[in-house]
Amino acid sequence: MSDAVRLIEVKEEIHADNDRVAREIRARLAEKRAFLLNLMSSPGSGKTQTILKTIEVLGEKFRFGVLEADIDSKVDAELIAARGISAVQLRTGGFCHLDASMVAKGLAALDLDALDVVIIENVGNLVCPAEFDTGANRNVMILSVPEGDDKPLKYPLMFTVSDVLLVNKIDYLGLSDFDPVRLRQRVLGLNPRIQIFEISAKTGRGVDAWTDWLSAEVSRLVG
Amino acid sequence: MHELQVTERILSVVLKHATGQNVSRIVRIHLRVGELSDLEDEWIQHYFDYLSRGTMAENAKLAITRTPIVARCDTCACSFEVKRDALGDATCPQCAERRLELVSGSGYFIENMEVL
Repeated sequence: MSDAVRLIEVKEEIHADNDRVAREIRARLAEKRAFLLNLMSSPGSGKTQTILKTIEVLGEKFRFGVLEADIDSKVDAELIAARGISAVQLRTGGFCHLDASMVAKGLAALDLDALDVVIIENVGNLVCPAEFDTGANRNVMILSVPEGDDKPLKYPLMFTVSDVLLVNKIDYLGLSDFDPVRLRQRVLGLNPRIQIFEISAKTGRGVDAWTDWLSAEVSRLVG
Repeated sequence: MHELQVTERILSVVLKHATGQNVSRIVRIHLRVGELSDLEDEWIQHYFDYLSRGTMAENAKLAITRTPIVARCDTCACSFEVKRDALGDATCPQCAERRLELVSGSGYFIENMEVL
């Protein structure tokens, strides 16, 4: 063996394995005619409440299941299951996000033949989940009014990978200097294709526009 | 943060490529990291040093280059580089249009590695 340094070409994207599993998930969902939605946001922005409200509006039309990711608790899964919705708890064991293989495990625990829509409640975090394709058909993020309208500047990747931005807690507008117009400009600058809906998951204000969009997407993809 | 998982993947990919190549030691790994990644070079190296102990990649240096954020204009199709902090209000330098698509700037790509 020589002592000279040699070069070995690698040319590999490190998320290639994850992306392959994500594609397999989408293929399986298509076969089962099920729609997978990945919901991402900071902790406390109202993910669980938004899920409950969404299912309350669309529950007659579609059969829902939920994958709950939490670093180490199952309070959200219990809340969802208490409403009679199929819920699977995924404890990420310290991981700050879900990757495709964790989602595949969660989906295996659900009866996809009996479901039309599965919502992933990702770990509360605006950084890490943005980097991992979960196999979802659509990425939806929530930004709540108390978090401030400067978040697109701090977490640009999350805003660029999302198909929809739900601006939640609009019942808090006016209590801080949060400016919805400035937010919209910043977000559209990062991602001109993103759909933005202003909602209050608590009062129900604005929720119909969001559920109409979701309903149309689900029908279009899995009809 | 997901430094740990990213670093584990880097290690497993380089070890896979070194296997069967008559490698005694991996000296340097050339890695391209998208400008949109929030991970710091220094921390990726720290995690790598920790994880690679006892493997042929122990003491390997990560040579990290940042891949610029490149956007393409929807209207005139020209591509141009965008600075991370200018992303929110980037406009096309040709036609001043705001409808842009991100072409690159994310991900972790292992280019090659120097081995003994």
